[in-house]
Amino acid sequence: MNRYHKQQLFAPIGEAGQRAIQHARVLVCGCGALGSVIADQLVRAGVGVVRIVDRDFVDITNLQRQMLFDEDDVRQQTPKAIAASEKLRRVNSEIIIEGIVGDITSETIRELAADVDLIVDGTDNYETRFLLNDWSLEKNIPWVHGGCIGSYGQVMAIVPGKTPCYRCILPEEPDPGTALTCDTAGVIAPAVHVIGSLEVSLALQLLTKTFDDSKPSIWHVDVWRGDFRKIDLTGLKEAGGCPACSGGQRDWLHGQRGARSAVLCGRNAVQVTPSSRAKLSLEKFRQDWQQLGVVTSNPYLVKLALNDGTSVTLFGDGRAVIGGTEEISVARGIYSRYVGQ
Amino acid sequence: MQVVINGEPKELDGPMTVEGLVRQLGINPQFCAVERNKMLVPRRQHGEVTVEAGDSLEIVTLVGGG
Repeated sequence: MNRYHKQQLFAPIGEAGQRAIQHARVLVCGCGALGSVIADQLVRAGVGVVRIVDRDFVDITNLQRQMLFDEDDVRQQTPKAIAASEKLRRVNSEIIIEGIVGDITSETIRELAADVDLIVDGTDNYETRFLLNDWSLEKNIPWVHGGCIGSYGQVMAIVPGKTPCYRCILPEEPDPGTALTCDTAGVIAPAVHVIGSLEVSLALQLLTKTFDDSKPSIWHVDVWRGDFRKIDLTGLKEAGGCPACSGGQRDWLHGQRGARSAVLCGRNAVQVTPSSRAKLSLEKFRQDWQQLGVVTSNPYLVKLALNDGTSVTLFGDGRAVIGGTEEISVARGIYSRYVGQ
Repeated sequence: MQVVINGEPKELDGPMTVEGLVRQLGINPQFCAVERNKMLVPRRQHGEVTVEAGDSLEIVTLVGGG
């Protein structure tokens, strides 16, 4: 009896569906709370290649809901993509699991998402989702969107040319500071587990060609109130007017939109990305920073903890996570002071 | 006039646009999807489509965390 026996017994998947799953290559964008759930289930389901991309490292406040990580990962400040892929290789050694530490940008997406059959959304921000949407439409690759805050969230499958796209529903990025974030509203584990699981359900339907794209919908769930609502999106794409899927605009993919700094959801931290990608000597920073504060490091990053409670965690590609602030301008100042431009 | 919002009856002062209703409910119109009588109202029509007595509305806020 093979390891996927129970999944194959489920009639809509069956043996043919299982073969399709095993031949698939899936990109998991972001490996925080949603991404952990998604990566875990896709690996267990036997997806042939699971590529996990994340820009962050494990923090103590992640453990309440991000079930692939533990206290060792916090102590070692392991990048999430590495911690997740190492853990999941022990779950399923018969598939290929790629853990990539990095940011998904209009430049890097061309490499990260060129050869995949499906993209699943584990990101924590609107900007990356607009980029994924652009890429999906441009390359005709389906993606599954999910978002979550507090006790509720939504999921939606986007099949280019068939269903409405993300921008049909959300034409523009919310203005900075107007959207709820996990920092202000919090988030509970049951919500991310349910939303992540619904994303995987849609992903498996897409991989096994059992997804019905003639009845597009968005699902909204509130796990605290016990609400489950399905909003019918039939006719929305045909109604036209979407700048991306009707108008052909690819504002995020072509780099006209999108900032180089992002507040990390729930982390009291800001990621700063240099305007051009770099290949830094982390060892040099480890030595240079010794007089400035407490310096710790692992093969992927160097962290400088400053006396005022802020910190700089620098990755080899030049990105840094500035801890102890949610002000982008403050974070950029700290970056230029300790890393330079 | 009475309408049903997210499955619960609600009394409104009178007819208003979808956008007006969303604002009155304190929801940022930038990131919500509104279904009126089982039909999604496209965003650019939120300022034109009127909510009438007896309407059933589903309003979903699209959140960005994860």
